Amino acid sequence: MKKQKNKLAGLQRRKAFAGYLFISPFIIGFLVFMIKPMFESFYMSFSEVQVGPGFVNKTLNGVKNYYDILRINPDYVPKLTDELWRMIIYSLGIIVFSLFVSLILNQEFKCRGLVRAIFFLPVIMSSGVILGLESNNSLMAEIAKTVETTTSNVSITAVLQTILKTTGVGTKAFEIVFEIIDNIYDVAVASGIQIIIFLSGLQTISSSMYEAADIEGCTKWESFWKITFPMVSSLFLVNWVYTIVDFCMRSDNEVMKVIDKEMIQLLHYGTASAMSWLYFGIVTLFVAVTSFFISKGVYYYD
Amino acid sequence: MTKVKVKKYGSYWERNEKSGGYLLKKDIGNFIFKICRFVLLFGMCFLILQPILNKISVSFMEQQDLYNPIVISIPLHFTGENYQLAAKIMKYGEGLKNSAIISLTIAILQTAMCTLVGYGFARFNFPLKKFWFGCVFALIIIPPQAFSSSLFLHFSNFDILGIFKAVKGTTLNLRGSAIPYYLMSFTCMGLKNGLYIYLVRQFFRNIPVDLEEAAYVDGCGMLKTFVRIMLPEAKPIITSCFLFSLVWQWTDGFYSKLFIGGKVLVSTSLASIVDALGVYIARETGASNAQVGVSTQYSNAILSTGTILIVFPILVVYLFAQKAFVESISSTGIKM
Repeated sequence: MKKQKNKLAGLQRRKAFAGYLFISPFIIGFLVFMIKPMFESFYMSFSEVQVGPGFVNKTLNGVKNYYDILRINPDYVPKLTDELWRMIIYSLGIIVFSLFVSLILNQEFKCRGLVRAIFFLPVIMSSGVILGLESNNSLMAEIAKTVETTTSNVSITAVLQTILKTTGVGTKAFEIVFEIIDNIYDVAVASGIQIIIFLSGLQTISSSMYEAADIEGCTKWESFWKITFPMVSSLFLVNWVYTIVDFCMRSDNEVMKVIDKEMIQLLHYGTASAMSWLYFGIVTLFVAVTSFFISKGVYYYD
Repeated sequence: MTKVKVKKYGSYWERNEKSGGYLLKKDIGNFIFKICRFVLLFGMCFLILQPILNKISVSFMEQQDLYNPIVISIPLHFTGENYQLAAKIMKYGEGLKNSAIISLTIAILQTAMCTLVGYGFARFNFPLKKFWFGCVFALIIIPPQAFSSSLFLHFSNFDILGIFKAVKGTTLNLRGSAIPYYLMSFTCMGLKNGLYIYLVRQFFRNIPVDLEEAAYVDGCGMLKTFVRIMLPEAKPIITSCFLFSLVWQWTDGFYSKLFIGGKVLVSTSLASIVDALGVYIARETGASNAQVGVSTQYSNAILSTGTILIVFPILVVYLFAQKAFVESISSTGIKM
């Protein structure tokens, strides 16, 4: 192997060199703005940081920061568990919703382009600061409350919820479904890219497959599970990872707000680093484990 | 022609009879399905559009309309005052200019660098390629928030190998300026740049290699091949990367707050518009800050107006370049 590498001929070597030249900005950036800050913040999470004009003092103090955020800080742990739980529920909801919508959008009907454009609109409109203002606005919540109290008629979902709850079958599962349905706006807004990704996957499936299945007497339902589902299964992985990452970067993330407060207002850089390391450590672990299991089930056509 | 057809198949009901009622059943089923689909799609589109429409209607209401329970979506007293006030509080003119300059330059820089890197990953074979591509994935997956604390410190006390400390005695504080962010964009570390690299790479992989090889055979250099032959091919993906980074940069709060905090940007001023409104009204009426409570309805109206103001330029861009946004992602054929 090594010998072969040394024997790389002129053009190949030149190409390898050119390749490195092309990606060199990325390598430099990755080392300087990613690896270095990451190590620094990892170090900071284990140390007491004092900042003044022009100097930064870091003294190692072991796991004290982690102990503090887990046992002393009243905000962090509840918000972390809330946010993780929300992340799991929403990501599931977004995946199911976007697959459903992309299945509909893949059919032929009038104004398809318009509908597709509308579904993609939130990717543009509800990004960055706007999302944070929209969904996690205390003012909006207050208004919603007043609307609820002033309107005498009860919402349909609430009635359904009580009916289904009294039957007592799988209450926990129902609660999750209801939470998603109650926040369907958040789900719809966050699934623009995923819909497009699924749609592009659906369009690559050749129609001859469906025709063959149809002739053999396959119903639509069966051909969905036997053809569509396996063919887009590789996109589940992409969308799952994208959804979770997107969720972590949202500006209305409660954990991020706690971290921001700790860092920008209180200047506790050590604790802030520990908080973000713990949060993103858990998330990364979750992504790794789930994508491992999803990739086991993925079917590759070619 | 048509006559022959009618003779051959008979009327609809005859055909239906011949098929044993199957045709009618199928058509009715299709019709119901279409109606259901229409209702569903209409509902979902409304769901997405409703907040925007609501904001538009609220933004034109006078204060008395906001408290009036009868007025829901069409303002009784039509006014443009909210726009004036919101623009004044947000320093809209200044913010618009700053945001436009920063978003445009950053978008150009990021697109250029990501195209270069993406092309490098798509077309060249070099040792450790898989490792570096794994790093691109790491860049996509690890949110910048994870190490924002140390980036924050890093740029508060910026130094290159201790040069500034030796010359000036102290390190540079670059937090107020946009320089760090330009540096990061130059090295593909900006907002969602990992995604752009990935998209560009996917796009270039779908272009046949023959073109380049022909160019090489004719004695065209690597860089020249890239600029003269591959770049024109990649126009769609480049435009969409540019548009994405333009739009996402426009509304971005994270990097703006972290690095460009000193300047008035539409995104950051929108984030603090409610507080700014309280301060403004307190100053106008001469009361102290604590005494003045701005009613939730009114601050909501101003917030909506501000949102419309910030969203409007993006909406115009989207209307004209809708295809570039949507089709870029589907054309690259994302896979994992």
